Amino acid sequence: MHKPARIRMAHGAGARLTGELVAEVFAASFGGPVLSRLEDSAEVYLPGSRLAFTTDCHVVRPLFFPGGDIGRLAVCGTVNDLAVKGARPRFLSLGFILAEGLELEMLERVARSVGAAAREAGAEVVAGDTKVVEAAAADGIFITSSGVGEIPAGRNLSIASAREGDLLVLSGNIAEHGVAVLDARESLGLGRDFASDCAPLNALVECACSAAPGLRALRDPTRGGLASVCLEIAAASGRRLVVDETALPIRPPVRAACEILGLDPLYVANEGLFVAVVPPDQAEALLKALRADPRGSDAAVIGRVERGNGDAEVETEAGGRRRLAWVEGEPLPRIC
Amino acid sequence: MNPEPGAFRDPRLARKLVAEIDELAEGRQATFMEVCGTHTVAIARSGLKSMLPASVRLVSGPGCPVCVTPQGEIERSISAARLPGVILATFGDMIRVPGSAGSLEAARSEGRDVRVLFSPRDALNLAEENPGRQVVFVGVGFETTIPGFCAALREARERGIGNLSVLNSFRLVPPALRVVLEHGPGVDGFILPGHVSAILGTAPYGFLAEAGRSAVVAGFEPVDVLLAIRMLLRQEAEDRRTVEVAYRRAVRPEGNPAARRLIEETLETADAGWRGLGVLPASGLRFRKGFADFDAGRRFDLETPEAPEPAGCRCAEVLLGKLGPRDCGLFGGRCTPEDPVGPCMVSSEGSCAAEYRYGQTED
Repeated sequence: MHKPARIRMAHGAGARLTGELVAEVFAASFGGPVLSRLEDSAEVYLPGSRLAFTTDCHVVRPLFFPGGDIGRLAVCGTVNDLAVKGARPRFLSLGFILAEGLELEMLERVARSVGAAAREAGAEVVAGDTKVVEAAAADGIFITSSGVGEIPAGRNLSIASAREGDLLVLSGNIAEHGVAVLDARESLGLGRDFASDCAPLNALVECACSAAPGLRALRDPTRGGLASVCLEIAAASGRRLVVDETALPIRPPVRAACEILGLDPLYVANEGLFVAVVPPDQAEALLKALRADPRGSDAAVIGRVERGNGDAEVETEAGGRRRLAWVEGEPLPRIC
Repeated sequence: MNPEPGAFRDPRLARKLVAEIDELAEGRQATFMEVCGTHTVAIARSGLKSMLPASVRLVSGPGCPVCVTPQGEIERSISAARLPGVILATFGDMIRVPGSAGSLEAARSEGRDVRVLFSPRDALNLAEENPGRQVVFVGVGFETTIPGFCAALREARERGIGNLSVLNSFRLVPPALRVVLEHGPGVDGFILPGHVSAILGTAPYGFLAEAGRSAVVAGFEPVDVLLAIRMLLRQEAEDRRTVEVAYRRAVRPEGNPAARRLIEETLETADAGWRGLGVLPASGLRFRKGFADFDAGRRFDLETPEAPEPAGCRCAEVLLGKLGPRDCGLFGGRCTPEDPVGPCMVSSEGSCAAEYRYGQTED
């Protein structure tokens, strides 16, 4: 029978078309031995007893952007949430909500991207589900992703454990994802210099944990940007975080784009970046190890933990100080 | 863009200027108004107030275009978005300004076609790509932005694009400064907007000096602003009042005559209402006869309702510099950037939003 080129309601109805979709698109793109058994639930084996378990929902417009797409984003988002708890990501589950009329070719591209990102992270997609909704009820593809990872014995990362004197190390350049997606979504035509940093962080996290055994905490600044993560660490630890603006790694074109659009890079999203809270005597070793890895070559010490009351400050380039505040909602480009 | 923003953020240069400001300000109190919203943000974001002596006070003025747009014109843009077949185009910071029945963002989530554009020129293409629909651009802005609209409308006429129109909320800066002089707080000097002045030049501000105020056109980097403050203090120390430029890499004293001509050939001055300031003579613009077709207000018979400003909102006094953002009872409680009551909290260039986001740590 002729294979439909677009997603129909029947693709989510649990009958023949659903079966074809699962076998020909999903299992073919990212199925391992477990998923390919196509049982009602995945049977997996994990030797350790300290597990990290997380779930994420993903909506992004456009579905494809320079440096990534919603499939890569779904895998990296979950992998990174596990990784910054110190866990080694093992098993992932993905739920797809598809809009009727979506081109099958687009779904195939997303599925292949899921497979590639999962392989990059060394995690296996073992379970999934698909539903189809009317075109007006969804924007192309929504994905929820859950993941399980093992936390090695002796590894205890918690943002509540930040102490006075600790240093903040950022693993790479900020604001790459948010600017790339904004450029793609609004057709700003900023140019080819922009790509999302969307990437699994678990390998770099392993590198950080071995280089700095006293590592206190990791956090990945996604939506809400670096500012929100600093405030979260400050609130959880009851300390003050001080960020040195001159030390922030940011590529010149990203900085220029933020200035033109009136965006503060501290609040712009990232998808492949972590902040490490590290005792001062281990910061140098951590920095050296991160910089030796191509994924961490732009790592920098960007601030410190001081006595305080759950607040955060920025030391500005000009030498002033200002408060960091929670700001919700997507940043809006300005008029002039 | 500055070729090297780094140099204009150099902490050594900043410290040197602060030391000179300390010296000039010793034994006197000075209140300066930064007129432009972009300055408000630059000052807050670079933490300049933490570096200045307590004797130099900075207050924000009526230079945020979104903030000064009266409530009735906000309502008008939201009703335009709800007209059948209309694509409403707007700059980003307008879409969250609340009207009596939701915002443009709310209209968009109801399924109305509201697009965020970055330049009036983008609206030309949008109109051309959607020949069966009407593109209405919310025309908010000062002298910096207006020439871009004029150029786009002229191009629309040349290209025969008939389905584009503009909701005119254009405003001119100098008339608002006259009101600040008459009714505002005691302002000793003005930090004048850099980009507006790149169009206007210095002559239109001459009345400030005549009224005994110092005035300096400033750029937007921290060192630019500190330099302007030092120049303001020096004018006072030397007892001369004049309009100077501290932003010569962008502003010529004569401004940009070609851009002014573009405005004059397309629009003519008219009385206009300002949030909090009331109707000011010759402070706005209306379409000249040859361009009246582009007036969305006429094309769609849109009314500008008499709309009250939100209860308890003190944006009006904040715009005049009479009140600081934190003096408003709604600040940070009922009114936040996530759920704003007044426009000074909505626009990223509004003084309340800047204070909320960047205000100094209180300890």
